[in-house]
Parts: sequence; structure tokens; C-alpha cells
Amino acid sequence: MFTDFFYFLRARGLTVSLTEWLTLVEALVQGHARSDLAAFYSLARSLLVKREADFDLYDRAFAAFFDGVDEHFELDAELLAWLADPVLPPPSAADLDGLAAPDLEELRRLFEERLREQKERHDGGEKWIGTGGASPFGRGGAHPAGVRVGGAGGGRSAVQIAGARRFRNLRADRVLDTRQIGLALRRLRRLERRGAPEVLDLEATIDTAARNAGEIDLVFAPERRNHVKLLLLIDVGGSMDPHARLCERLFSAADKARHFKRFEYRFFHNCVYERLYTDIAQWRGAPTTELLREIDSTWSAILVGDAWMSPYELTSPGGAIDYAHRNEESGLAWLSRLRQRCPQSVWLNPEPARIWHATTIDLVRRVFPMFPLTLDGLGEAVDVLRGSRPNRPLRTAFPA
Amino acid sequence: MSFSRFEGTDRYLVSAELRDAVNVAVALERPLLIRGEPGTGKTVLAEAIAESLVLDLLCWNIRSTSKAQEGLYLYDTVQRLNDARFGDRDIRDVRPYIKYGPLGRALLAEQRVVLLIDEVDKADIEFPNDLLHELDRTSFTVHETGETHVARQRPVVVITSNNEKELPDAFLRRCVFHYIAFPERDLMAEIVRVHHPDVEGELLRQVLRRFYWLRDLDAVRKRPSTSELIDWIAALRRGGVTAARIEQELPFLGVLLKRESDVGVARRAHRQQAVN
Ligand SMILES: Nc1ncnc2c1ncn2[C@@H]1O[C@H](COP(=O)(O)OP(=O)(O)OP(=O)(O)O)[C@@H](O)[C@H]1O
Ligand SMILES: [Mg+2]
Repeated sequence: MFTDFFYFLRARGLTVSLTEWLTLVEALVQGHARSDLAAFYSLARSLLVKREADFDLYDRAFAAFFDGVDEHFELDAELLAWLADPVLPPPSAADLDGLAAPDLEELRRLFEERLREQKERHDGGEKWIGTGGASPFGRGGAHPAGVRVGGAGGGRSAVQIAGARRFRNLRADRVLDTRQIGLALRRLRRLERRGAPEVLDLEATIDTAARNAGEIDLVFAPERRNHVKLLLLIDVGGSMDPHARLCERLFSAADKARHFKRFEYRFFHNCVYERLYTDIAQWRGAPTTELLREIDSTWSAILVGDAWMSPYELTSPGGAIDYAHRNEESGLAWLSRLRQRCPQSVWLNPEPARIWHATTIDLVRRVFPMFPLTLDGLGEAVDVLRGSRPNRPLRTAFPA
Repeated sequence: MSFSRFEGTDRYLVSAELRDAVNVAVALERPLLIRGEPGTGKTVLAEAIAESLVLDLLCWNIRSTSKAQEGLYLYDTVQRLNDARFGDRDIRDVRPYIKYGPLGRALLAEQRVVLLIDEVDKADIEFPNDLLHELDRTSFTVHETGETHVARQRPVVVITSNNEKELPDAFLRRCVFHYIAFPERDLMAEIVRVHHPDVEGELLRQVLRRFYWLRDLDAVRKRPSTSELIDWIAALRRGGVTAARIEQELPFLGVLLKRESDVGVARRAHRQQAVN
């Protein structure tokens, strides 16, 4: 039962590591859950869930797991039984981070000792919540002075507390705001010392001074700067209208992020063709080839669009949605050219991933790694751009 | 259990969940990572822990240029360079130029201290990983002098952050984590009373009503936080503003909203509300 909870959390998508689980065991042995399921609820959360965006997932898992059993779940007995015969889940790669595993034999001894003390104290007449076996689980317990009950507890059972889903608004899959986008983009940086020597290199100065018998010769080095150059391409086609606000936020966050070495943006209508726009009110723009000349493989590109159109808009020359404009080459050819020119590029799609098997979306996904336009998706996309997540090369050879 | 317990202080109110998180971090000797909106009391928590457990507090305010190693010590090359050129001090001895950082001082302190590492997300992306390494130390060597210091004990480490994505998994795995939710009205009323013990009940009620109304306006870009609320009440009381006037006009709005555009948004919303 005890380790079942661990597997249950994992099955529900929480990446609980073995290290964290053993930390929880240690905390339980020290008595931090006070044999109280409500205390166990927050203790386990503080040790197993490290992002508030995952709190709602935890709440739902907790409520589901303990629903119906909360009045009968005897934490101390469960833990004692497990310590008597500890079966550990196999460690994952994440667990091999150098933290020493606690000595379980020692933990068992400590725990038994604590239970004994607890029992004696109880027999001595002192009130102790939850003495071996007869625990009033799910009761909030008394709160000493200085502590205020905010949100949780207040006499409610652990399952009720979890079931209240206080953190549902913190879920990462909700709509992004500008600040979150800004923060995600801020991670897009590559600090390097390059360019003209501008800042005093003290270590080197002293070194030379020491070698020149104290004669000071100031040594300069280039400053550490972010070398990321970002190109943002946004689809403003009709099917993107519902996502206009979101795109606007992404744009303004990128525009305001002053930390890029260079930042360029263009707009397109459904697909990239031979012309890209800098001003959509007036449809002012410049040939795509001009942009392609300007950028190179040191740039990162983020394309934003639903990639949802009629297949011929993507695959046929002359397929562009605007009559007035006859494209000599297919949209797919232009997209591939862009990806070849700028291998570090990703596509963000505001449409949910479950419809990504649609023809044109699937075709675009062969050219660009695609991520949902959510906090998590943006985070993953940035990981690809900064090289901390593998980037798939262009899969299909389209005419260049 | 034989560890002393954190219970909040009469100047700092904690939820039971936060209290428990602090106590488990102290007992397990793990860093406590605190996140939450601005003004939710992340920074002052460390002060409250130090006060409640009667320990000294050391603060390390992280900036964009902070390096984890500097937490241990800094070698003041500028001073030494200056002395080499202009001073009459003996510069052959490096030791006077070694300045211990907050982490170094925490490890070397006679008694356990509380170490606040404030706004860890401000630093470079590599910082948390390096910090993890430094926090795990039981000893450190000052390379310039060759001296090795053995840590006397582990400090109570409180780390605050505003940004979720910045911290690597290996770092998170080691922390005890607590998210301070923005206080609901009741708790906020109590927090306000900590700072303004004799505030009039009706005034407080109106103030809170307005405050949460402003925070709920979609168009407000920088939502006012606890500190602004406390300052606002101070301004209102100094100005002798009555509860009724808060309802009719929005006096001293600039204390509450720091952006010009937000003040405009609030005024418009308020006028509209008056019309309806
Ligand atoms: N629980 C509380 N009890 C008493 N006062 C509080 C509490 N929470 C916040 N405050 C008050 O609110 C103000 C802001 O707190 P603090 O500076 O610690 O916030 P913060 O979370 O660190 O904000 P930021 O993210 O902007 O650094 C302080 O004046 C503090 O006294
Ligand atoms: Mg702070």
C-alpha cells in the first residue's frame, strides 16, 4: 500500500524520483506526518512535487488514491510493515545524482523506537495524535499560536483538502502570459566572451604586473555577452484569429526581451512563401530571400502557426491562399529552405497536439520540431534551441 | 523529536503547511525552496525562521552577475592591485584579501545560522547547478592561500525564486519545496494587522475590497502585492482618508499601482463601475 502510492503518482505523470521517495521515508520516520493524513498530504507534496504547476496533478492523484481509504489508512503501520521488508523500486537515471541513500535498517530501528516512545507518552496521559493503530486520520489537529490556517486544514480531511483543487490555476497547460513567455525566452542565452576587449581582466593584469616586477599593464578581455540571435515568424492567417492574443503576447515578450544579440520578426499568411511581412496593417514586407541572406546557422528561429491549411497551399506552386499572389515555389520548399539555413529552429503550434496528425500539420512537423504553444511546450522548444534537448535534423529532403 | 520548532512569529504569520515545510527542511538539513508571487513574504520568511529558532541570519542577494563560488569567498584583486601600486601594506600576504561570502561564513560560523539565498532566478542559468555543488560541501579550500576550511555545521538554507523553469531537476530533487499562495482576504487582514495593529475595521474592509478588485482587473499588468497594500494603508491613514472616500474615489492610487498605464486602467474601470 505504502509504495503503491509512489507508483500511483508516477503513473499519474509525476516524476517522483527514488531519492525523493527515500527522503519522504526519512521524514516519516522522524515523525513529520504526525500520523495524520492531512499532514502527510502536505509533507509528501513538499518532498515529492517541486513545481507548483504540478500541484493540481498531485491533488487529483492524492484524492483518487486515498478516496475511501482515508479513514482507515494507518500510516505508521504501513511504514513499519514496509521497513520490515523494504522492496525498492528500481532507481531511474535521475536517481544517480550522488545523494547517499539512507540506511533503511537504521531507519527501522529509529522508527520502532519512536513508536515505543509515543506509546509510552500516550499511556502517561499526554495527548498524542494518532497512537499506533487508533489514529484519527484526516483531522487537522490543534494549531498552536502564531500559525494561521490558510486554505488547507481547518478540520477538513486530507482527501477533502486535495479534492478542493486549490492549485488548478497554476497548471502549466493554461494560457501563457507575457511574463511567463519572457521568462521562458530568457533561458535562451549563450554567454560567450567574444568581440572587442572591453572589460578589465584583473587576474591577467595582476599576473602580468607580478611578472613585470610590479609595473602595471592593464589587460582587457571581451565582456560576457549573450550570443543568441532570434528570428520570430508568426502566422497571421485567418485560422489564427482565435490565437491572436496569445501570439501578441509572445511577440511583445520577445520584443521586450532585451537580452538577445539580435532580434528579428516577420509575419506570414498561413505559410512562408517568397515574401514576409514586417507590418501587417499595411502588408509591408520584403522578399524572403533577403531575410535568408541575413540569417545563418548561428540564428535560432521560432515559427508560430497552426500549420492548418489546404494541402495545396503547402505543397503546390501557386497554392497560396491570396489570389493576387502566385508563388512560384511551394510553401513546403520555402519552409525547408528556412530550416536548412537555420537548423536551430522550432515550430510552436497553438492548436492542441491531438489534432497534429492532420495532413498539413504532419507535413510541417517533418520540417520543424513542433511544440504546443503552452508553458511546457515553450520550455521544451527553448531547450531544443539552446541545445539541451536533441534537435532532429530535417527529415525529408524537399527541393531546396 | 529534539529539534526546536518553527512556529511563525508575532510579526510573521505562517500557514500550517509552510510551518511544516520549514520544520522538515530544518530537520532533514535540506535547502528549503520558496516560490510565490511578489510580496507573499518569501524574503521575510528567512528572518522569521531566524527569529523563531533564535539563530543568526546571513543574506546572499543574488544578482545577474553572481557566481556560486563567490558565496564561499572572494579574492579582492582590486584592493591588492591598488595596494601593490599605491599602498604601503605588505601585499605578499594574500590572506587579508580573501573576503568570505555568505555561504563561507555560514559554514564557518560557530553556531548554526540561517542562510537566505534570495532570488536565485536572477543569476545566470548555470548558477543553480554550481550552487548545488557548493551547498553540498563539508569543506572548502581557498586556492589563493591553500587553506582548507572544514565546515562546522550545515546552515538552514532558504532559497527564494520567482521563476519556475529556471531550476534544474537535480537541484529540485534535493530541496524541500513550498509555494506560498497569494493570501486570501482573511489571512491578508491578519497580515495587515501585524503592520497596522490599530487600523479601523471598516477602513480595512473597504481597502481589502478595493485591493482584490484591482488585482482581479485583467488589464492591470503589474498586480499590487502585500507590500503595496501595507504602504497604501499607511498613506490613507496619514491622509486621514475615510472608508467612504475609498469607495467613491481611489485615493493615493500611485502607491498601489506602480505603472502609469495601470493607474489609467484602474481609473477607467472605476468610472465604468460608477456608471453601471
Ligand atoms: N505572512 C506574512 N506575515 C506578515 N507580513 C507579511 C507576510 N507576508 C508578507 N508580509 C509583508 O509583505 C511585505 C513583502 O514581503 P517580502 O518582501 O518578503 O515578499 P517577497 O515574496 O520576498 O516579494 P518579492 O518576490 O517581491 O521579493 C513585507 O513587508 C512583509 O512584512
Ligand atoms: Mg523578496
